[in-house]
Amino acid sequence: MLSFALNAAFVMVGIAMLLGSWRVLVGPSLTDRVLALDTLYINSIALIVLFGIYLGTSMYFEAALLIALIGFVSTVAVAKYLLRGDIIE
Amino acid sequence: MSVWVEGLVAALILIGAGFTLVGSIGLVRLQDVYTRLHGPTKATTLGVGGIILASLVFFTAQTGVLSVHEVLITLFLFITAPVSAHLLAKTAMHRQEKKVQSTRGEPWQQ
Repeated sequence: MLSFALNAAFVMVGIAMLLGSWRVLVGPSLTDRVLALDTLYINSIALIVLFGIYLGTSMYFEAALLIALIGFVSTVAVAKYLLRGDIIE
Repeated sequence: MSVWVEGLVAALILIGAGFTLVGSIGLVRLQDVYTRLHGPTKATTLGVGGIILASLVFFTAQTGVLSVHEVLITLFLFITAPVSAHLLAKTAMHRQEKKVQSTRGEPWQQ
């Protein structure tokens, strides 16, 4: 039961990441691309946590936390750059 | 691990992955950037919350010790997702991105 749910969840999150990368490539405006990159890092956190459950080890928790931190900071930096033309004024 | 815990973990994983998929479908299908902000910032955050809850239940049942450090990721995402959504909405308004007819309001008259 658990392995079936894990496989289905891997497929669903993988499709979600493919849709997000389609929006990164196509997205008509720059804001769309930044939003799609934001979605992609959140999806990758989900994928890493699922992989940790799959292997039965909690070693991947730190990687997920680091990706969450760095993804938020990079989204804020890019949005600030688009908004003000500079990151630290 | 008992069958009930396994069923609970499987259900939480499926719910979380479903919400993540719905958020990304919203990112692709919605009309303009102001409506596209809604999909990822709400549905995807909730989906990751479900998956991390499943991880909490799984590792608590596996080791027998309550493992709450996964909640850190959920807490961090739930705090930061509105902040980044607000910044992206401000960016879209500042850059005067095009909107469809049915999106109400004039975004660039702040």
